[in-house]
Amino acid sequence: MEMIKAKDLSFEYIRRDEEGNVESINKAIDNINLEIEKGDFIAILGANGSGKSTFAKHINAILYPTEGSLWVNGMNTAEEKNLWDIRQTAGMVFQNPDNQIIATVVEEDVGFGPENLGIETKEIWRRVEESLKAVGMLQMRHMSPNKLSGGQKQRVAIAGIMAMRPECIILDEPTAMLDPNGRREVISTIYELNKKEKVTVVLITHHMDEVIYADKVYVMEKGHVVMEGTPREIFSRVDEIKKYRLDVPQVTDLAYELRKSGLDLPEGILTVGELVKALEEARRKL
Amino acid sequence: MIRDITIGQYYPADSILHRLDPRVKLLGTFLFIISLFLFKSFFGYIVVFIFFASAIGLSKVPLRFILRGMKAVLVLFIFTVFFNLFFLPGEEIFRWGIIRITDNGLYKALFMGIRLSFLILGSSLMTFTTTPNQLTDGLEKALKPLNYIKVPVHEIAMMMSIALRFIPILMEETDKIMKAQMARGADFETGGLLKRAKSLIPLLVPLFVSAFRRANDLAMAMEARCYRGGTGRTKMKPLCYKGRDYAAYTIIAIYLGLIIGTKLLERAGLLFYL
Repeated sequence: MEMIKAKDLSFEYIRRDEEGNVESINKAIDNINLEIEKGDFIAILGANGSGKSTFAKHINAILYPTEGSLWVNGMNTAEEKNLWDIRQTAGMVFQNPDNQIIATVVEEDVGFGPENLGIETKEIWRRVEESLKAVGMLQMRHMSPNKLSGGQKQRVAIAGIMAMRPECIILDEPTAMLDPNGRREVISTIYELNKKEKVTVVLITHHMDEVIYADKVYVMEKGHVVMEGTPREIFSRVDEIKKYRLDVPQVTDLAYELRKSGLDLPEGILTVGELVKALEEARRKL
Repeated sequence: MIRDITIGQYYPADSILHRLDPRVKLLGTFLFIISLFLFKSFFGYIVVFIFFASAIGLSKVPLRFILRGMKAVLVLFIFTVFFNLFFLPGEEIFRWGIIRITDNGLYKALFMGIRLSFLILGSSLMTFTTTPNQLTDGLEKALKPLNYIKVPVHEIAMMMSIALRFIPILMEETDKIMKAQMARGADFETGGLLKRAKSLIPLLVPLFVSAFRRANDLAMAMEARCYRGGTGRTKMKPLCYKGRDYAAYTIIAIYLGLIIGTKLLERAGLLFYL
């Protein structure tokens, strides 16, 4: 069964002037149809203003569709009675690590979600311990979040969502404010959670190298889904990606340029290892 | 580093006073302050002194830390003693030029001075042994009955704890904005009062904008984590009274009994001016 299903989904930001007259309508999402399977690792790519964050907020029922519908685990997000179930099923991690940590101690922050769900004290402690262990932050449980690095803070935020036992995690550009080390930390944590805990992951990003191990990639532009497929399929279409103001991973770009200048390389090379292998093969053929 | 600033004046130590339930400490401090106003004779201070000195002893907070609390109110302290000492009518015991001290004035000055010191030291002992978070938790639970008269106790407590979390972040941000403005030629240090106040505008405007943006983000993050107010919410670290808390309540009750006893003796005319 599908975890997330969008049918003809559209959303408009309506700006009004002081008298309440409509000043401008900005269609942030325009007629999206997609289905995300349980346990998948999905990446959504897009340049700034492509509507990817707006779409993410729909999954968590922070925004409601203007037209069309969205189902999370079979629950329609437009129905108010589903609101809290949806938010528990689909947890959301935001961009700025500082602005989503509520408590002054790491473990208390992770406990915030379960507290809101009305879970028994003993069970909260168990979940907090498990989630902190899952993101590798258990030894820092008594620290103040202010003393952690960006990557560590973001992992605490992920633990805070995991403690609510969601079936799906949506990450809205979780690495945009982190340094390369922090990015690596967070991304490997997410992939591990997907593999070990079998949570469905929807990763929204504009860093191409974060998505090469995803099961499926969607590319958004001006509110539409313009490309979809496996990372290899997507990155075989370098020209098209560049048209949407996105970069391809450096290795892919290099392979693409080499291919263009006449070298016999396969399309859609994603890692350094693959390129080395392909180059060796090409040399043997020469 | 600006990140390391401590809010309040918590002194980390492992003492019985630190481990007491914050509600006990809140109520204890409250009653202690009231008790200071119940008696009129110096005999009462003997009881207060014994009680307070043993509390300090138990708290393992060094005395010089506790006395430091007096610094903040030194002006008020001097002011009170000064006016009581020189301006109260009574039998003259000392005169030098226009300065004269009466027996009544000397007595009142001493009495008021001691009362004020205990008042400040008493409440600072509580903040020395209780983290701001525990204090918020304690307040929330202790004031819960106010919910019945529609006081949003949980919301106020949540606001306080969020403020505590964001103070260091906003401090750091202030520092950053200040440096950015200074790099572009802003001057925060020279000029008169008015000019300096004006020069704060380019600091405050971006700070407020960013604070509102943060508030917006945080509210969204809290909603996404199913926060919907205090109803139906459980606690990860619920406050429960333990044996030591009941013992502390008993000691406070005995202390209060002694103070009231002093008051009754005063009424009976047995303890005046002792």
